[in-house]
Amino acid sequence: MPDVPEPMEPARNPELRPVTGPSALGGGWRRFLDLLLLISINDFRKTYFGTALGYVWSLARPLMLFAVLLFVFTRIFRVGSEVAHYPVLLLFNIVMISFVQEATQTAVVSVVNQEGVVRKTHFPRLVIPLAVVMTSFFNFCTNLIAVIIFVVAFGVTITWTWLLFPVVALLLFVFSLALSMLLSSLYPRFRDVGIIWSVLVTALFYATPVLYPLEIVPSQYVDIVMINPLAPIFEQARHWIIDPGAPGAVAAAGGWVHLIPAIAIYVGVCVIAVLVFRREAPRIAEEL
Amino acid sequence: MPRFPSSDTHAEAAEAVLQAPVVVEVRDLSKTFRIPDQRVDSLKERAVHPFRKRSYRELEALKGISFDVHEGEFFGIVGLNGSGKSTLLKILGSIYRADRGSIRVAGRMAPFIELGVGFNPEMNARENIVLNAVMMGLSRQEAEAIVPAVLEFAGLEDFADLKLKNYSSGMMVRLAFSVMVEAEADIMLIDEVLAVGDAAFQQKCEDVFHDLREAGKTIILVTHDMASIEKFCHRAMMIHNGEVSILGKPEEVSEWYLRANFVERDQRPGFHPGASEEGDDAHVVDAWLSDLQGKRIDNVHEGEDFMVNAVLEGIREFDDPVVEFGVSDQAGSHVFGYRSRLSETGIETIRAGERVRFSAEVKNLLRPGHYYLNSQAFADGGNKDMRMRALRICDFVVFGTDSGSGFVKLVDEVDVMRDGEGA
Repeated sequence: MPDVPEPMEPARNPELRPVTGPSALGGGWRRFLDLLLLISINDFRKTYFGTALGYVWSLARPLMLFAVLLFVFTRIFRVGSEVAHYPVLLLFNIVMISFVQEATQTAVVSVVNQEGVVRKTHFPRLVIPLAVVMTSFFNFCTNLIAVIIFVVAFGVTITWTWLLFPVVALLLFVFSLALSMLLSSLYPRFRDVGIIWSVLVTALFYATPVLYPLEIVPSQYVDIVMINPLAPIFEQARHWIIDPGAPGAVAAAGGWVHLIPAIAIYVGVCVIAVLVFRREAPRIAEEL
Repeated sequence: MPRFPSSDTHAEAAEAVLQAPVVVEVRDLSKTFRIPDQRVDSLKERAVHPFRKRSYRELEALKGISFDVHEGEFFGIVGLNGSGKSTLLKILGSIYRADRGSIRVAGRMAPFIELGVGFNPEMNARENIVLNAVMMGLSRQEAEAIVPAVLEFAGLEDFADLKLKNYSSGMMVRLAFSVMVEAEADIMLIDEVLAVGDAAFQQKCEDVFHDLREAGKTIILVTHDMASIEKFCHRAMMIHNGEVSILGKPEEVSEWYLRANFVERDQRPGFHPGASEEGDDAHVVDAWLSDLQGKRIDNVHEGEDFMVNAVLEGIREFDDPVVEFGVSDQAGSHVFGYRSRLSETGIETIRAGERVRFSAEVKNLLRPGHYYLNSQAFADGGNKDMRMRALRICDFVVFGTDSGSGFVKLVDEVDVMRDGEGA
């Protein structure tokens, strides 16, 4: 006969804590941070020591893109000729947009790539996209060193507003992380998210004022360009770092009111990302 | 003659461990997987057919599992493939989330589920040990500290800086097992380690199990190896079709398991169409077991009476039919049989396409084992003119733990006393 376990009430009862199953942060904060650190360090090391040229490669990509675009937009289209410090601005923008692109595109497939861990261990799910974004962020920071050398060499004056750069970096980081969480948690269920995003990422490159400063955008389109949450961030970064004479985000948009859509989208993406990730995290192992 | 190496001390230890506090408490754990009939994997499918109902097949992997594991207990879980034990393990290890029910655990639980868990092939052994140990709940410092011990235990000191992708599977297993042992969790959840690895490693695993048991560690072991269940476990549990089919002494569970496994592998229980022979004048179109209420069953528990049912269909007409059913055991020995002359119930002939149904109540004195049903039909009221011969039309198993000898159990108790007369 099948035995039904009888409830036992022993005298000395160790504290029983409920096991809640997999989640975004599962297993406690210390474990979360330890795992995040280990995974990020490993990823970072792989990028820098995995190939013969290491760091050179991570810098070479934006630099080559920069060289091509610089030629096209100063010699052929001549957009850049009228803009102060155009080459520096272009390089700076490319490095920033590359961070967002690299982080999100790597993140899309990250959870699926870590299938072994996700399906076989109690792994806090958020570590996976977060580690990807952090690795890209390390890259971003090291690339910035090269940019600074470039910036100074081109005779851009160093101002106190450079100290405000962490604000820009933080805004980019949070937005990239939100997109990464959203994409990585949806990808196991809808594989075409990967394809859609690869198209959108290219669109984002042109929709963001990377190649062009906002002031040369015809005025009827300014509001449309400024819907993109990255646009005001890039404009503000330009104002703070490259050219204090250029308008900041508010001025470029034509007042605070015009920034509302961008802020709403920024916050909206973050909130949706957290909600979707929390909902999907416990189920990811089953979807794979 | 004792059939299992279970000594009295073994049983006493099992009793004692039940007095220890509960450290793993599982209550009414249920999990249903929804398997889409046609996997809609793309947004396009969704967009093109937005209103198409996604049809799912529901697979109830676990149907309300409850059990307790006590401190210091070596608890075995067995089950056939697809019984739900892997799902249970994954829920215990926080990989899947349960739909219903609760798990409560006292202390740190280290799951060791499938081999090479969470190993990163691009990282070397040292780095993987740290990562794995952190995953098992150690801090980074503690994890770094156990690296030498793990390498030594695994016998892989010379390969510490080799990337794991260059490891053989045996080396990988050794490494994974060693991390688990050295991580010293309060409760260990171990899935199938003895199945892989060479003999030396298996011996090492056994030694470790022995030491862990002696050291009073709480261990949940999932395995197909009944020898280790009987050797190490204080208690064991078998899961079948998502339910606890038996929980108790390791010997009983292992016997239960072996029988179930035997049935599952060799012959599925139930009707086997096409068991009739070519040229017969009739054939059996269905045969099944039922309980006394008429509910179909595949197998029957020892001592529980049951019904044997069959439906016969005529192919060519024949007169004054006699139909005989017989039950044989695995060795082919005829255990019992019964025959019916149909004219006694007013059926003088069986015509082509005509069906006759037979139901017989069986007083179940059968020993546990595997049985099958045969049938024969004769014409002209005798047993000379054979018109049908259908062997092994239905398989079934009588479950139980009775270990007497012979075909049937006719003796319940034996009175034994000293006979003073002869002295």
